[in-house]
Amino acid sequence: MASTHNAHVEFEHVSKSYDGQIQVVRDLDLTVHEGEFLTLLGASGSGKTTCLMMLAGFEAPTSGTIRIRGRSVHDLPPRKRGIGVVFQNYALFPHMTVGGNLAFPLEVRGIDPQQRRERVRRALQLVRLEGLEDRRPTELSGGQQQRVAIARALGVEPSLVLMDEPLGALDRRLREEMQYEIRRIQRSLGVTVVYVTHDQQEAMVLSDRVAVFRRGRIEQVALPETLYEEPERPFVASFIGENNLLHGRVLSVEHDISRVEAGGQIVQAFQVGPCKPGDPVTLAIRPERVCLAPKPELYSNRFEADIQDITFLGDHLRLRVAVCGSTDFIIKIPNIVGHGAVLAGDRVQVGWTPIDCRALTPDEKE
Amino acid sequence: MSSKRPADGGVFALFGPQLRAVGLVLPLVAFIGLTFVAPLATMLSRSVYDPVVAAALPETLRLLQAWDGVHVPPEPVFETIARELRTARQERSLGRVATRINRVRGGLRSVLTRTARRVREAEGPAWRDTLVGIHAAWDDVQTWHAIRRAGERFTARHYLHALDLERRSDGHIAPRPDEYRVYVSLLWRTLVVSLSLTGLCLLLGYPVAYLIAHAPPQRANLLLLLVLVPFWTSLLVRTTAWIVLLQTQGVINSTLVALGLIADESRLAMIYNMTGTMVAMTHVLLPFMVLPLYAVMRTIPRLHMSAAASLGASTIQAFWRVYWPQTLPGVGAGSLLVFILAIGYYITPALVGGRSGQLISNMIAYHMQTSLNWGLAAAIGGLLLAFVLVLYLVYDRLVGIERMRLG
Ligand SMILES: Nc1ncnc2c1ncn2[C@@H]1O[C@H](COP(=O)(O)OP(=O)(O)OP(=O)(O)O)[C@@H](O)[C@H]1O
Ligand SMILES: [Mg+2]
Repeated sequence: MASTHNAHVEFEHVSKSYDGQIQVVRDLDLTVHEGEFLTLLGASGSGKTTCLMMLAGFEAPTSGTIRIRGRSVHDLPPRKRGIGVVFQNYALFPHMTVGGNLAFPLEVRGIDPQQRRERVRRALQLVRLEGLEDRRPTELSGGQQQRVAIARALGVEPSLVLMDEPLGALDRRLREEMQYEIRRIQRSLGVTVVYVTHDQQEAMVLSDRVAVFRRGRIEQVALPETLYEEPERPFVASFIGENNLLHGRVLSVEHDISRVEAGGQIVQAFQVGPCKPGDPVTLAIRPERVCLAPKPELYSNRFEADIQDITFLGDHLRLRVAVCGSTDFIIKIPNIVGHGAVLAGDRVQVGWTPIDCRALTPDEKE
Repeated sequence: MSSKRPADGGVFALFGPQLRAVGLVLPLVAFIGLTFVAPLATMLSRSVYDPVVAAALPETLRLLQAWDGVHVPPEPVFETIARELRTARQERSLGRVATRINRVRGGLRSVLTRTARRVREAEGPAWRDTLVGIHAAWDDVQTWHAIRRAGERFTARHYLHALDLERRSDGHIAPRPDEYRVYVSLLWRTLVVSLSLTGLCLLLGYPVAYLIAHAPPQRANLLLLLVLVPFWTSLLVRTTAWIVLLQTQGVINSTLVALGLIADESRLAMIYNMTGTMVAMTHVLLPFMVLPLYAVMRTIPRLHMSAAASLGASTIQAFWRVYWPQTLPGVGAGSLLVFILAIGYYITPALVGGRSGQLISNMIAYHMQTSLNWGLAAAIGGLLLAFVLVLYLVYDRLVGIERMRLG
């Protein structure tokens, strides 16, 4: 998949600093493929918008190169990049009607009025807002404004569309509906989309691939499933879904399986990346992969654990236990018949397989 | 009373809050009424209402009602006016009466005062001969027309005068003789100057407001401070500063001469003329343009310009199609404010305008203070007021006053 000829956008060692001191984006390498839906996922202030703005041409990288279809775009002004941008707060022009907003990109391009009307009509059809062209943006609901913003960005017939938290201001139900819409539109037009969000669920639903941002760096770029199943950094492991992180030290490594000492216990874990005995590691174990009363022949990691408390959550129970030096170890057990009557204060046996326990290089300290 | 209201609260429950609200604004209402509305109304009424002559010569005027207006009036009119002029002289109102009649027809002041003085000695049945003997003007029909006109309590005379018009003795309205026409051209000049000032302020103020509105907060505060400094310095200090800068031996001229850009004998005349008025007034009025613009621009997200650029617009297109239209409420408010202030501005032209830099308000001041023709001053003021109101209505029609943003 990652062959260079279908790379649409490439970031190469891109860094950005607004004030000359703090690096907002640090040595970023990223490739977006032709027709791909790529999401930049990260906490607030991690530099996602900055990346989009550099790509759109509103900010210049401090160093490094950005290429679109193989061509460096440093000397290309925003209007010549042919990129559709959907801004965080829509940025619809309040003094124009919906039709005026949609016609704007066509107008500045000198397209004649008749053709303009036709294309505005088609754009409204695409986002299912027929008959609203005479409304003002302020007379639309949030979701409708969002659709207008998308339709307008598509007005320049871009092959690349950037969206900065387009659903941030919408309530949950509308978000889900719009996620579906965005995906539908992207598929029907076959455009490449770079999407920004800090909502991991949204990233999972929409994206072909997700790039996880942390403090101006990309921690991992992968398919959503891969991010969940095979996180390569503790940050990713805990950012995507829920994870138990245990801190330990490697005793020995053999065929990807390392023996790790954590909280006075020996844990067998799947080793990610190179390491040698004595190195600190972070173990990541998903709460739903932990088993109560494990069978010895299936689970090589078995420990005694004290239940701190239990929360009933309908479809599953959530146990907080003390094990391997952690008092915050979470276990999820499905609410099925015979899940076992456990009570807070009980001592139980817990277990997990080495494959479900990933030994990762610890994150550098903040 | 609504059935939902508790009965025991009664009238006070119903009107209590309103009454209290009225009570709270009452001092202000009284203040404005006393110091603004009342003087304004009195002043404006003077432009159409003048009872002085009518009060001094009631009988004469009554007799003149029946006069045919073609021949010199009959003997009893002469007798009456002689008597009433004498009385007026004794009551010391003759001066005011004579001034008013003189305004209708020049030269009559001396006729009236002389007649009133001499008529005492000349008593006898032949009143007409006596008066004509005192001054030949009494034999002129125009004199009597002037007296009759001056005796009208309600008159459009001042307004006509302010528009360089007059009512001829046959009743129709015609332009005044050329040498008396000053007001229309002055009004016209005031309009042109005010419009140019408004344009100049917009041209100078718009970029400044833009800079302030989109600068980082600290720098914006500093810039705003600089714009507001003129508000905090005395008008006289500012004007004096302009005199120091602009006069013939002033800083600018001397610098230019020192640099060899102009010859010593051809120093620029930049003050005590229209240039001086324009420069100083632009300075005074600029904040009134910048502030409303700034208030509006601050609410326009910068993203809009980025959005326009990403949609393919050039910077110029983005400005004219996206930014400028959104600033129109501020442009309207600022322009209206500057224009209205400029059209009635008085002190600066008076100080630095010289002869050619005078505006209509200086003429109002002249009639208030020097010629004491308050009726005419009020009429010119009334015309200005009407003009501003019309402008306001037009603005409201075109833009909508509720879209005006002052801050
Ligand atoms: N124009 C700017 N000038 C100076 N600093 C900026 C500017 N824009 C962003 N920053 C800083 O750069 C950092 C990254 O900002 P950015 O907007 O890229 O984050 P983000 O990931 O989009 O966050 P969010 O999810 O809150 O939108 C932040 O610390 C922010 O304060
Ligand atoms: Mg952002």
